[in-house]
Amino acid sequence: MKMAGFLLLIAGWAIVVAAVALLPSAGARVAFVLAGVAVELFGLGLAVRAHLVLPAEGE
Amino acid sequence: MTPTVAPPVLFLSEISATFCLILILLVPLANIGLALVNTGLGRARSAAHSMLAALCVTAVAALVYVIVGFAWQGAASHPDHVLTVAGKAWGWIAAEPFFLRGLRLDFSPTTLVILLQMLSVGLAGLIPLSSGSDRWRLGAICASTALLAGFTYPLFAHWIWGGGWLAQLGANCGLGRGFVDGGGSSTIQVVGGLTALSITWILGPRRGKFSTDGMPAALPGHNAVLVLLGCLLAWIGWIALNSAGAMLFVAAGTGRVPLIAVNTTLCAAASALTAAVVTRVRFGRPDASLSANGWIAGLVASSAAAAFLNPAAAMIVGGVAGILVVTTADFLEFQLAIDDPGGAISVHALGGVWGVLAVALLADAGARGQWLAQLVGIATLLGFVLPLTYGLNWLLDRVYRQRVEREGELQGMDLFELGAGAYPEFDIHGDEFLQR
Repeated sequence: MKMAGFLLLIAGWAIVVAAVALLPSAGARVAFVLAGVAVELFGLGLAVRAHLVLPAEGE
Repeated sequence: MTPTVAPPVLFLSEISATFCLILILLVPLANIGLALVNTGLGRARSAAHSMLAALCVTAVAALVYVIVGFAWQGAASHPDHVLTVAGKAWGWIAAEPFFLRGLRLDFSPTTLVILLQMLSVGLAGLIPLSSGSDRWRLGAICASTALLAGFTYPLFAHWIWGGGWLAQLGANCGLGRGFVDGGGSSTIQVVGGLTALSITWILGPRRGKFSTDGMPAALPGHNAVLVLLGCLLAWIGWIALNSAGAMLFVAAGTGRVPLIAVNTTLCAAASALTAAVVTRVRFGRPDASLSANGWIAGLVASSAAAAFLNPAAAMIVGGVAGILVVTTADFLEFQLAIDDPGGAISVHALGGVWGVLAVALLADAGARGQWLAQLVGIATLLGFVLPLTYGLNWLLDRVYRQRVEREGELQGMDLFELGAGAYPEFDIHGDEFLQR
């Protein structure tokens, strides 16, 4: 789950960069940047979940 | 990939350059302040270790930045490597020599940039110290700082301050003035804050922090006086940092420095008071450490936009930062089981992100598309810097274990790693008050 989270973070960023570099229309660019950020937030959620410490481990 | 030349050279008159140099020489007060805050929020049995670690971080950061860091970061007026995509050139890494070879270190803006960055990268390196407090080995701290100062920080800083692709969003895509961050809310604070998050994840929580039912124990800082003194010193350093950064990176004139000082102060004041009020309402009394963190969060949030805000907007930026730091500190600890003794993640990462957004929402510089440029910058921090800094520190941990041995945590870092405590004439308490 940790690896999936980080891969989603990178994938979301790739969508953002591609949108900025490749899309000429402002509307499409905004939509894809927002989509990329959403993917990143999903990835961050997974990464956070993967790092939740079980009480026994924290001791 | 070909070298190209980025925007015209920033010109500073001799008087402006002198003024800027004086400001830069005050920046170490921010580092000193942060070191004191980190130490005060940590435990007494690791106080000497914390201060020595701050000194080592400052030293390693300065050395590594000069050896390799500036070679990747460069300056806006210097050549860099570019990728051409869809007919547009995007700068991605600088093409400077290692060891500053061939650069004339005189009164030029480039020299001032190098000096400011040597200090700023140390400030970024101090941020993770508080999240790894009481369990992060000194050798690992130095190695991790070398990775930060040698690669992560310079690469991202090039994209913003070295004329790289985030700075070019305005010219290439019509997104406002491109990504704007005058004093380093993103480059210094969020980069440091995300490194702090990575370190917290890699090290895990302190022994005894979470009970078997998952409830966090309170491990209070050992010296509120150090924390509050650190806040006051950091205030002066931050005014200097924001002012010098604005002069060198967003071409603000000396006439703008008083406004920057006013806005920086208002941000910190509003943030600290908001944090004090929120803790008073929630807990019945204002909390000293959270109010201090509120002060620092206000300074952090002010950095990006201080040169472009009017005073009322600066108070709003500070007020939001104060609410953010108190609410997220609890959320991180209770909901996400993150043990961040000094609150570096909520103060620096989240406060910095809010500062970057504030440029688009509240600053006078707000131009058409500016919000999208700022959002692309935040997406880059999240999608590039966090995986990079986590990956580098994870690899380091495979090679050289970052967390101290069990005995080290029980004895305290001072005795275990340094052989002597910071307060030899006082009794240092063990863990007898912790839940078991």
